[in-house]
Amino acid sequence: MRFLSKLAMMAILTAVAPAAFAQGGGPSTITVEQPWASATPAGAMTGAVYMTLANKAKDADRLTAASSDVASKVQIHEMAVVNGIMTMRQLVNGLAIPAGGSVTLKPGGYHVMLIGLKKQLVMGQSLPLTLTFAKAGTISITVPIKAIGASQGGMSGMGDKKSGGGMDKMEMK
Amino acid sequence: MRARQWIITAAAGVGGFAVVALALTLVIAPRQLAETTGVASIGGPFTLVDDTGKTVTDKTLFGKPYAIYFGYTYCPDVCPTTLFDLTRWIKELGPDADKMNYVFVTVDPGRDTPKLMHEYLASFDHRIRGFTGTPAQIAKIAKDYRVYYKKIPTSDGSYLMDHSAMIYLMTADERFDTIIPYQEKDSTAVAKLRKLAETTPTS
Repeated sequence: MRFLSKLAMMAILTAVAPAAFAQGGGPSTITVEQPWASATPAGAMTGAVYMTLANKAKDADRLTAASSDVASKVQIHEMAVVNGIMTMRQLVNGLAIPAGGSVTLKPGGYHVMLIGLKKQLVMGQSLPLTLTFAKAGTISITVPIKAIGASQGGMSGMGDKKSGGGMDKMEMK
Repeated sequence: MRARQWIITAAAGVGGFAVVALALTLVIAPRQLAETTGVASIGGPFTLVDDTGKTVTDKTLFGKPYAIYFGYTYCPDVCPTTLFDLTRWIKELGPDADKMNYVFVTVDPGRDTPKLMHEYLASFDHRIRGFTGTPAQIAKIAKDYRVYYKKIPTSDGSYLMDHSAMIYLMTADERFDTIIPYQEKDSTAVAKLRKLAETTPTS
């Protein structure tokens, strides 16, 4: 009995510890919430990672760089669809996170773009990502991979627009 | 004096009319382009190569209505999402799905080889075909379909593409029907596709 409960406890601890590290980033002033990446089609050279970055500090911070073992390059991008035209730009100066505020990276907005993927991103797997902030330093997280087009990643929807296009959550009758 | 007054009035009238007409054109034209049936001239003959390396023309699609989407495989967000949406809609169409053709045309012929497009499209419904070509061939079809695309250089010497993000629906005789904008509701998109699929001439 004792052994079993110890075992259970160990299992819980091992399950929780990386998650806590991923979400909290230790004593950092920046927290990374609900990171996720979209699965990629075969042969795709790029992928995107989304998350919410919250800044507890009294000063604004800035996501300046990112890196991952699964990609040869990682950039911070902003994309938008305006009048039916998709535009995407690299944020050369990084992404500002206001003091005491947060920024959400999501489909149709900001994303961390993985370039030169070394392997296909498969739903259910995960990828390592290291984020570098101007003030908070670096934070390493584990990013779960969701279905292609998972859109909001199970978070709040986009108003009247559909909340998710992923194969794992069809919303048709 | 009279004549002069008349001229001024007329000039003001013409000027006013011009302003109104311009405003109407700016406001209404894009909407008409997007929503009316068969009015705008969208589409035209093309010669491209498909994802199996075969030469294809507009006649390859002739006889069935078709959905045509312009994007590129290097696109991390909008393109895979749209192709996945389309895959889901095709599934929802059931038997009607076979009454149409589905095409993904790259706006990035420099990177999108037939082989890469073939591999990429394997992740989506097998009925979606990939078309690529020379930069000149892609420029022509993009112009004919009024597709905007532009190379945007990145700091590392590479580039991204800005591009139109809607699916064009075309009739069996290559006339413009309507569009499915990015992030269209599933029910609306499927209704548009089904309506068009049902126009397929039965042979």
